[in-house]
Amino acid sequence: MPIHEKSLIRPENLVTHDQLVIDGVDVSGHWSTFITSRTITDYNEALQDEIAALPGGEYIHRCWQCGSCTNACTVNAIEPDFNPRYWIYLIRQGLEEELLRDKDILWQCVSCNKCTYACPRDVVPEGVMKATAHWLELKGHTPKSPSTHFDEGFTESILATGKIEEGRVLRTFFKRTGQPLNQPWLVALVTGLVRRFPIFYLARMGFSAVFRPRTRGWSRTGAAIQDYVNERQAEQRAALGLDVKGGH
Amino acid sequence: MDGDDLKRVAYYPGCALEGTGHAYNRSTKEVGKALGLDLVELENWNCCGAMEVKNVDPQVQTYLSARNLAIAEDMGFDKVMAPCNGCYHNLKKAEYDLAHNPHAAEVNDRISKKAGHATYQPGGVETIHALDWIKRAVGEDVLREKARGKLKGLKIANYYGCMYTRPRHIFPEKDKGPGSESTLKPHFMDDILAAAGAENVDFPLKTACCGGAHSLSDSDISTKLVLNILQTAEACGAEVIATECPTCHTGLEMHQVRAEKVLGRKTNVKILYFTQLLGMALGLSASKVGVQENLSDPSDLLRAKGLG
Repeated sequence: MPIHEKSLIRPENLVTHDQLVIDGVDVSGHWSTFITSRTITDYNEALQDEIAALPGGEYIHRCWQCGSCTNACTVNAIEPDFNPRYWIYLIRQGLEEELLRDKDILWQCVSCNKCTYACPRDVVPEGVMKATAHWLELKGHTPKSPSTHFDEGFTESILATGKIEEGRVLRTFFKRTGQPLNQPWLVALVTGLVRRFPIFYLARMGFSAVFRPRTRGWSRTGAAIQDYVNERQAEQRAALGLDVKGGH
Repeated sequence: MDGDDLKRVAYYPGCALEGTGHAYNRSTKEVGKALGLDLVELENWNCCGAMEVKNVDPQVQTYLSARNLAIAEDMGFDKVMAPCNGCYHNLKKAEYDLAHNPHAAEVNDRISKKAGHATYQPGGVETIHALDWIKRAVGEDVLREKARGKLKGLKIANYYGCMYTRPRHIFPEKDKGPGSESTLKPHFMDDILAAAGAENVDFPLKTACCGGAHSLSDSDISTKLVLNILQTAEACGAEVIATECPTCHTGLEMHQVRAEKVLGRKTNVKILYFTQLLGMALGLSASKVGVQENLSDPSDLLRAKGLG
């Protein structure tokens, strides 16, 4: 039993010898497992400030690592590597390389707000997850996630017309993420609906394809919002040390 | 009681209720009519930003809701009813942020001025959910009298989702003791349907997440979350899951199909908006409350229970 909680250490950091003699003492058996020593030199001391500069990340400094967020987390219950408490820890310590190990799952937060409800320090962990996922994309560590594609298509629709039309948002999303629309379950879904109530659905699909729902007199409002968004995004890119003009 | 001033309120249906949630829109209006309540739709409303715009910029999302609240105020209302959890949550959150976050208030003022309308000031309009509306404007006694136990023998799991109760600080009227709604164990939908005669099952996942925000962008997780909700409801003995949010409702229906097609896990529990159930309890026909638009076809069950 030399190493308690072995499960918390990554396999590649454990070294086990079948036969081992140290200073003439045979330590084979229980005492032959060691943890490789690590020296961390690549702290990113700006990491917490960078996350805090992005929308949702503002309150990360309040965290005192109680773990209520992870304990409450919807995604953690199905995907144990999804660990908001741990990621907040890594960010606050500046352990960027460690954080990057989980870059491909970090975007999966479903915004159920259970963490934000449970947090005793008002960190708004849900916002921190969004800010961190955004940071990964801005820094070029990950391509845009399907979630980001969805958010962007949705927001563009609102900026253009003040409203969304679900069919259009869906088509834009599938196009941008390169997914086919003829997936068996989607087909089953649509045919199931149309079969039960054909005229209504066909008429509605036709109608919304021609008449896009819109808020009257929206162009001025949409432009005012767009100005603000452009300004904020430039500020955010500057805070991350990125070229202000560069495309996201 | 504030019942009387809830008899006529501003109505914010939102985008989903003009699309996939059409049956919720329809049944809400029909229930209102049957109960003598007047809904006046906000003129020229805009999208609240749902779960998406906040990820691009939270202050823009606050502005979008503030514009709708300004319209309600302009039309002379001090209450706006939003049946969609997303809209309801966003209007509530905007109200909270405008009162507590100076940056949000400043951005709202700036965009409102550029857009050429008055800036909404917090405190002007109270946002209520369709559940608050029916419970507070009508009350269980009247519902009991009108429904005459019509939902008797129907076993229901009441599903409230995430945005109706979380995060709690944006719902200052909740958790205020007897009579108020609870953010941990919400009960308004249970109360309303029980008054109509239904048998509510003890359902532990009332506020579990259906993965609605990633319904399409991360379908596998959504399917797992939904399947858990559906199977738990069945294990609790429910024949119907009652919903009060178009995103939850569509998510449950969509991933019920997906769980069957992709994971080979079939569930039979039916999914209906609480307004559809209440409408039928009040004597409206199934088609009047848009049951034919539901994906999980409940017609056999409704026939067996003598509904619709």
